[in-house]
Amino acid sequence: MGYEFDFDAIADNLGLLLHGAGVTLALTAVAAVCGIALSIAGAATSRWGAGWARSGVTAYVELIRNTPFIVQLFFIFFGLPSLGLRLGAVQAAVLAMTVNLTAYGIEIVRAGIEAVPAGQREAGLALGLRPFVVFFKIILPQALANIYPALVSQIIITMLESAVVSQIAVTDLTHVADFIQSRTYRAFETYFAITLVYLLMAVSLRWLFERAGRRLFTGRR
Amino acid sequence: MEFVPRGAWFGRAAALACCLLTAEVDLASADVLDDISKKGVIRIGLFQDFPPFASLGADFKVQGYDTEIADKIAQAVGAKAELVGITGQNRIPYLAEGKVDMLLSIGYSDERAKVVTFTDPYAPYYISVMGPSELDVKGAVDLKGKTIAVNRGTLEDTEATKIAPEGADIQRYNDYNGVISAFLSGQAQLMVVGNDVGATILAKNPTIKPVEKFQLLTSPSHMGVKLGETRLRDELNKVIAGMKKDGSLNELALKWLKQPLPKDF
Repeated sequence: MGYEFDFDAIADNLGLLLHGAGVTLALTAVAAVCGIALSIAGAATSRWGAGWARSGVTAYVELIRNTPFIVQLFFIFFGLPSLGLRLGAVQAAVLAMTVNLTAYGIEIVRAGIEAVPAGQREAGLALGLRPFVVFFKIILPQALANIYPALVSQIIITMLESAVVSQIAVTDLTHVADFIQSRTYRAFETYFAITLVYLLMAVSLRWLFERAGRRLFTGRR
Repeated sequence: MEFVPRGAWFGRAAALACCLLTAEVDLASADVLDDISKKGVIRIGLFQDFPPFASLGADFKVQGYDTEIADKIAQAVGAKAELVGITGQNRIPYLAEGKVDMLLSIGYSDERAKVVTFTDPYAPYYISVMGPSELDVKGAVDLKGKTIAVNRGTLEDTEATKIAPEGADIQRYNDYNGVISAFLSGQAQLMVVGNDVGATILAKNPTIKPVEKFQLLTSPSHMGVKLGETRLRDELNKVIAGMKKDGSLNELALKWLKQPLPKDF
């Protein structure tokens, strides 16, 4: 084999890689929190909202789920300034990731809500609880317990897909790797290293969520 | 076995070597300029996807600064210009093997001068920091606090990184499209690009007009002929000098590069 592996390029740039991994995790965290909150709101709207609001949610879900993430990102970053809305690269990235995660999240949460037997809601209402309380205290916890694994998967997919934000010069893990590669020409070593980092992040996130899930939802299923 | 004294062997070998050498000299001195006049065709190697120097126009004809230069050359040597598409990798072998008579758009380097005979420069080529006219940027220190778009891993990237002061935000994009989009959408205040890319943007009449703020690197384009073809080189130099004198080279620069020739050109 003619190629000599040289991982010095990685060792020399470890700080950069850590920075990139940090950015990726931070973007994912913000998008996950906002995205899940919005997913719950969206799912509740599509279940019990007014007719026009339900159509709005459906249109949103269909629009986002049937267009590529990179196009959504470019539209927000390069397109919106023409309409007078200029977001920085990080803001645009968080917005695009949130918008994308929300579309998938709505469908997931809606499935969870629909799986909760109607009797649960009727019982709550019959006890004199207000609909608001019934939703947050009775339906939502059961709904989330139903679809928790799917939601976790979606968050991890969002993290992995966030590699695309390197295209608008956000210094996430992939952008850092591209940078190191363009300076050292060590393509194999660089991308091999970030493959491992992504894998490690995804596996540990899943493990963390699983543990948290066991705590959150014990006794509920 | 025939007895051959040592001296004779040496003599024969020397004679053979001489023959080979002269043969080679003969080959090298077969003048390309004569061949061109004989055939009535001059084969000119140029990049066909290198706007605004040469690129396919709407009518599928290659056009640009270099094709107009090619026409001038053809006129001067009294032959028809045959444009040959080349790539950065194959152009010097093409020239050495005689597949083309000359090259356009070749930057000078000492290394290349060992295998190519260069003419005088005929086109400005440089990297500069560009931005809207209202943004006050005169030198590297002014880049502080500015967002600057570059194409990652290019000469522009490395040069900008070298001169950028602390607090300059260099945004690295995957390709020129990203750089141009970032600049035109206002996501980046400045960009570092070659004058070729700058002219391509200006040709599209954008709402934010990029203006050259200061130059980072300059490496004007030369023509190249096969090593030692000095007659052809002299002929080409005459064409260049003539175009500089009558102002037609400056007109070409204004037309295709959207900037007048630099003063020291």
